[in-house]
Amino acid sequence: MDWTLFLEWLIKSLIVVLMLLVGFAYLTLFERRVLAFMQVRIGPNRAGWQGVLQPVADAIKLIFKEELTPGQVFQPLFTLAPIITVIPAVVVAAVIPWGPDVELFGRTIKLAVADLNLGTLYVAAVASIAVYGIVLAGWSSNNKYAMLGGLRSSAQVISYELSLALCFVLVTLMAGSMHAGEIVEAQRGLWFIVLQPVGGIVFLIATLAEVNRAPFDMPEAEQELTAGYHSEYSGMKFALFFMAEYIKMIAISAIAATFYFGGYREPWFLAGTWLSVDVNWWLGPIYMLIKVTALLFFMVWIRATLPRMRYDRLMAFGWKVLLPLMLVLVFVTAVGILAEAWWLIPVLSLAAGAVAVFLVNQALTKKWQRR
Amino acid sequence: MLLEYAAIATMILVTALVAVIAVVLGSLFGPKRPHARKLLPYESGMTPIGPGTRRVPVRFYLIAVLFILFDIEIIFFLPWAIAFRELGWYGFWAMVVFNIPILIGFIYEWKKGGLEWE
Repeated sequence: MDWTLFLEWLIKSLIVVLMLLVGFAYLTLFERRVLAFMQVRIGPNRAGWQGVLQPVADAIKLIFKEELTPGQVFQPLFTLAPIITVIPAVVVAAVIPWGPDVELFGRTIKLAVADLNLGTLYVAAVASIAVYGIVLAGWSSNNKYAMLGGLRSSAQVISYELSLALCFVLVTLMAGSMHAGEIVEAQRGLWFIVLQPVGGIVFLIATLAEVNRAPFDMPEAEQELTAGYHSEYSGMKFALFFMAEYIKMIAISAIAATFYFGGYREPWFLAGTWLSVDVNWWLGPIYMLIKVTALLFFMVWIRATLPRMRYDRLMAFGWKVLLPLMLVLVFVTAVGILAEAWWLIPVLSLAAGAVAVFLVNQALTKKWQRR
Repeated sequence: MLLEYAAIATMILVTALVAVIAVVLGSLFGPKRPHARKLLPYESGMTPIGPGTRRVPVRFYLIAVLFILFDIEIIFFLPWAIAFRELGWYGFWAMVVFNIPILIGFIYEWKKGGLEWE
């Protein structure tokens, strides 16, 4: 082991961490502007051109705010919890490939912090760790609302974790590998969202619940729980929770892009032209950026469109609809691959999705008629 | 391959450093004007009643136990997903048989009302 290797790790992790931090800062602006646009408002546009300095102003404001620490909190965990929340949110992005291998300074550099064989398993594992920070924040605050918010959030995250992990199983099945780079290469001709449409949609729904976004933002239901698990936090500690949430959004969008939308690969109709990643490697990160931005726009769009779900419906949807549906999809995909009939997978997957929608509709109608 | 985990450790260190710097910055530059009222827990302006952490509904515990069950099942899916092209139909039926007892448990729990939040 030589020092250049360590230098490479350091540079790559610094780049990814800074990318996520800057992405977080501009995602807040992006969200506010897009929400404003959808609600026929203007949104923040005063600080700098079109409000580009708004995140900087927010950061400076938060640094100079007083940090309140109520008397009843458990101090060590109260201080640690924001840090514990941020770490998995950032580190989950370590296995995402941002482009193909690059020859630089006479060595092959992989455009991912860590080139793990166990990509999908790693993502599933780190995504589960993310719940610790929320639970610890809720518990150490020693506040009723914070406690309830933390509990609700953890129950919700672990429930949707199951469907999310089964989506990773689907991807692993279709690619025949857990390695993120190989998954991207397996989608060279056909994106997995086309091959397994219902799996991709369930993935998008489960990610919304996983990062506590609308319509699944129960832990932050202002009307019931003030702010949920971060009720007692203020100043920079609150900013860290905010940061963790938005970085999780970026990271999980990047994971969705990698696993279901072809990752850094160009769309199939551009293969063979000069716009292909094989010809110009630097197009890889650009395609990734476009896909991640599109998915983030989708998340904001959902927030602007849908009202918040009721908590019992949320849990019932996770356990009674998504989990059985995903189990069926895993076996459907396996049958399609074993029978070597690739057309079978989207057909059966759409059929399973249609049955699920029909059953949900039936159950809801029956409930409505009984009233 | 093991070295790749050292890369992840580097990333954890970098992230932890950023987070610690943020917390320290906040505590360095923020004003400090302590007041007895500021020590009270936040309850929408009311005087708080009773302890902050109370007894927890048993539902959350139930969900946690169920999560462990299914998560372990899903972890067994992953190595199967890697190897199943070699295993073929034998592996497929083995996985189906493995799933049946868990599914029976799932249906039992559903019928018993373990998934209801009323």
